[in-house]
Amino acid sequence: MTQDAIAADRSSVATGDVLYSIRDLSVEYGTRAGEVAAVDRVSLDIRKGEILGLVGESGCGKSTLGKAMMRMISPPGRITQGELWFAGEDLMTVSEAQMREIRGARLGMVFQDPMTSLNPLSKIVDHLTETITTHEPSVSEAAARDRAEQLIGRLGLRVERIDDYPHQFSGGMRQRIMIALALALRADLVIADEPTTALDVIVEAQFLDLLRELRAEFDLTIIMITHNIGVVAEVADRVAVMYAGRMAELGSVDEVFLDTKHPYGQGLLRAVPNIELDGSDLYQMEGAPPNLLHTPSGCPFHPRCPHVMPICSEREPAFAEVTPGHRASCWLFQEHDGEGER
Amino acid sequence: MHPLLLSVLIFGVPAAIALGWVFLRGGGALRRYIATRVALTLPMVFVLVSVVFLVLRVMPGDVASATLGPKANAEVRQNIEETLGLDDPLVVQYARFLGQVATFDLGDSFVGARRPVVDELGERLPATLELVLPAAGVAIALGLVLGASAAGHRRRLRDYAVRMFGVVVYSMPVFWLGMLAKGVFSIWLGWTPVAGRIDVLANATLERTTNLLVVDSILSGNWEALRSALHHMVLPVLTLGVSISGLFARLVRINVIETLQQDYVAAARARGLRERTVVGAYAVRNAMIPVVTVIGLQVAILLAGTVLTEAVFNWPGMGLYLVERIKVRDFQAVQSAVAMFALLVAAIGLAVDVVYGVLDPRVEY
Amino acid sequence: MSRIGILLIVLGGLAVLAAIGVGTAWLAVRRRRSRYAWFFLGMLILPLAVLALLPARDPVPVGAGGEVLVEVRGLRKWFPVQKGFIANLLSRGHTDYVKAVDDVSFTIKRGEVLGLAGESGSGKSTVGRLVLRLLDPTEGEVVVDGVDLARLDKENLRVYRHKMQVVFQDPLASLNPRMTVGQAIEHPAQIHLPDTTPEERKRLVFELLDAVGMSPPDFFYSKYPHQVSGGQRQRIVLARALITQPDLIVADEPIASADVSVQALLLELMIKLKDEFDLTYLFITHDLATTKYICDRIGIMYLGKIVEIGPLQEVFENPQHPYTRALLSAVPVPDPRHRRTEPLPTGEIPNPINPPPGCNFHPRCPIAAAGVCDGELPSLRPVPGSEDHLVSCHLRTGDHTHLDPARTGGPSA
Repeated sequence: MTQDAIAADRSSVATGDVLYSIRDLSVEYGTRAGEVAAVDRVSLDIRKGEILGLVGESGCGKSTLGKAMMRMISPPGRITQGELWFAGEDLMTVSEAQMREIRGARLGMVFQDPMTSLNPLSKIVDHLTETITTHEPSVSEAAARDRAEQLIGRLGLRVERIDDYPHQFSGGMRQRIMIALALALRADLVIADEPTTALDVIVEAQFLDLLRELRAEFDLTIIMITHNIGVVAEVADRVAVMYAGRMAELGSVDEVFLDTKHPYGQGLLRAVPNIELDGSDLYQMEGAPPNLLHTPSGCPFHPRCPHVMPICSEREPAFAEVTPGHRASCWLFQEHDGEGER
Repeated sequence: MHPLLLSVLIFGVPAAIALGWVFLRGGGALRRYIATRVALTLPMVFVLVSVVFLVLRVMPGDVASATLGPKANAEVRQNIEETLGLDDPLVVQYARFLGQVATFDLGDSFVGARRPVVDELGERLPATLELVLPAAGVAIALGLVLGASAAGHRRRLRDYAVRMFGVVVYSMPVFWLGMLAKGVFSIWLGWTPVAGRIDVLANATLERTTNLLVVDSILSGNWEALRSALHHMVLPVLTLGVSISGLFARLVRINVIETLQQDYVAAARARGLRERTVVGAYAVRNAMIPVVTVIGLQVAILLAGTVLTEAVFNWPGMGLYLVERIKVRDFQAVQSAVAMFALLVAAIGLAVDVVYGVLDPRVEY
Repeated sequence: MSRIGILLIVLGGLAVLAAIGVGTAWLAVRRRRSRYAWFFLGMLILPLAVLALLPARDPVPVGAGGEVLVEVRGLRKWFPVQKGFIANLLSRGHTDYVKAVDDVSFTIKRGEVLGLAGESGSGKSTVGRLVLRLLDPTEGEVVVDGVDLARLDKENLRVYRHKMQVVFQDPLASLNPRMTVGQAIEHPAQIHLPDTTPEERKRLVFELLDAVGMSPPDFFYSKYPHQVSGGQRQRIVLARALITQPDLIVADEPIASADVSVQALLLELMIKLKDEFDLTYLFITHDLATTKYICDRIGIMYLGKIVEIGPLQEVFENPQHPYTRALLSAVPVPDPRHRRTEPLPTGEIPNPINPPPGCNFHPRCPIAAAGVCDGELPSLRPVPGSEDHLVSCHLRTGDHTHLDPARTGGPSA
């Protein structure tokens, strides 16, 4: 176990309400040009009942991390190391059959494109009852249907439409159905991968409101993977920023947005168009996210960093606490006297 | 009842019941769709029949010269044409033919003993049905199993084997495959009969009602005849079925692979559904939509393929019948047989469209 | 029929007539008969008369160069709903239409950036295509630089197109994967600047690559689209648009597919290019936050109509239409302290085939007045105290303002 993982462990012991704990996880993809570490030694604790925003630009590994949490990495990708602690078990050690029981029943997932994540040939009700009866074989078809109808009603859809097919619904409604599927078995943790990206702003806002309500009502924990910084600011309790497959910053939403530590996070926040501000110029970050085949040495952000120091290209900073609960992997906040401890 | 009618009814009635069941159970959109498809089938058959009629008249040669030879006496020739009604204006002939098709009385054939065409077809069509339908079943079953399992084991040995099988079988002409099979299994190994539908002896004892030998032998409880008929069927059916299955397998494979990459399959896995359900209910069912379309088209080609298969196995079906009668310009027989084929193809087209409508709720008409 | 085909037929006809003329002339001379001479005269005059009457080809218009670059008046685009064969028979030829764009008018001044924002299905992209005449309008006219595009024949429209270029959301889809970056940028120049030499064009391409920030240009010149990043591809598309020296660029979600940090760079680039090349933009987007950084004026679209249009500052600070208010308030703000101020409208955009009567927005509107908003269609009228800020709302302008809860101290003040 690395320093980071131990640190993560310690904090989870301290708070005692960790629902899912990722320890030192790496996911690699085999490409013709070599192995690419899409997720690189990431440790992260998800606390019970929170909405954790996982942000970053495309290719930063946020979606891969979400899939890895469900153990749904398919070849040519594979999890090369790490532990996934959930409900007292390391999911990396359970069998595929057990994993299948956990998926859907305790871990739910909502995908980006509501237009394509429902089977076009199955009625809405079949999606729901199929999920319920798979995980709870004792439940009768009629009882499953009752539960499905209740859920659909709760999510603001007309119950009689439960016998309709996916193509008869709008994007916003389909995303509600996806949530209903995650709630059908009262999953503890819902991993939502860009759930609002395909939605229009008003529908998006409606959806986010609904998500907040459901969180309280169903005692949900939600990981919201998104590139939309505004959405995170609106719903998240804590925010994790990823860069080049690694954790850059983690903290409460106020800490990360108002007291940003990592220079990448700072740049990202200033580059986001903000409708509330006067139209002063947007911050233009130098360069582009790195090619993961050739991740820069040391801190992967150092070639683009305005505060770069000699050590940044030499050694990788730890993902360490700056203030309690607020972590950043940046040498600006860490002791370094020539040769470090690692 | 006439064997032609019987053999058509044996397949037609269950199909009609299935259609009615789907119609009654389906929603408004599906009903409208089915009604439209059924309504469109009749004009389609009419057009096909008319085209066949015209093409035959345009074709060079006529029955008199074909039977009497080029040096025939003009009077004899005219006499023949008069008896056959070939001297009537084309419109009259056309109207007569349409009337015959509508009343299922297809007139008398032009040659030989001038038997009613219905009787001749009553012997030939069941033979072809007994060859084509099992072959289609073999092709679809083989294609589905091979294709789906190759897709499930992509880039593994099984996948490569199926793809190889597909290419080899598809590129092999069916008559060549048939002769090869006959050479190996009938002549060399002696496992199967060389030709025909049934042993002479069994044939003599078999009471014919539908001319579908399997059905007839079961109806009359003649197990020896059943054994013989099945024994004769094995090789032709497998030859034709296997030869078509290559394309199906490849088609199923590529479509299943494509659907397995869809978001809803990932979403289904994320809900913890069993892999069997994911592949079966999600991937294969979705993949069937394009596959069914092609199968529908292929079955029509399958009918054409029977000509060659029938020739190789000396199977007295519609294909051989057509070839014989085209040679002697027996218009009556040819146009009736082709009308029969047209009906069959139209029925298959209808079935494909209905299956399509049942499979895919997005279809609207 | 092709232009050449028509020309051949006309010329052939004239040649036949002329041949008859010559023939009769020869006869007249040989037989000394004056009757033939008349014939001869007639045959000779007729082709000449036809030639004289043949309409002369209009020269390609150059544009008026006035202050207003784009003027759109009463634009409509109704797409017929495709129905099945039987359904068509049953409805006895009655066709339903999707009113994608329904009576849209606006102007864009030279050098201005007009934003067009709305949700999916609002018709904003269709307006863009109509302005470029990639689609033919059902009704209404588009005047670009004083030239009514409907009056141009196909050939002249093709030539005139160099004045208006388009940038779409997905740069990979708009670039031919088998053309190098250099070829892609140069290609329109071969069509629209036929007088230039290959060397001149190559120099132009280098200049443009430099202008869009793809330097060194010779490095990118021979690359293929898949070898550069998404942001760079959009720069290539911009450079390609610029090579014909356009006046107007219709940018349809030009930065929507880029990452946040790249979005900012592209937006800055577009602003820079606008000044450098004297461009005018029609900036179509679903993202209201970005319009703030580039647009001078903004139009908000809902169900094929512009519901509010005006100077950006004014629309954002003092939005009048309830839909605009809802839309602005729904935009997520990257600040955790921010709270939404307006209630969200309920439901979703209705079916554009049968939009609600009266004001399209009234079923979702928090301030809709029964008997007014569900009856009459509101028209775009100036907001009191402003000339160029228009809104189409019964309660904000016109005869029914007394019903506006904002005036009577209602909830939406």
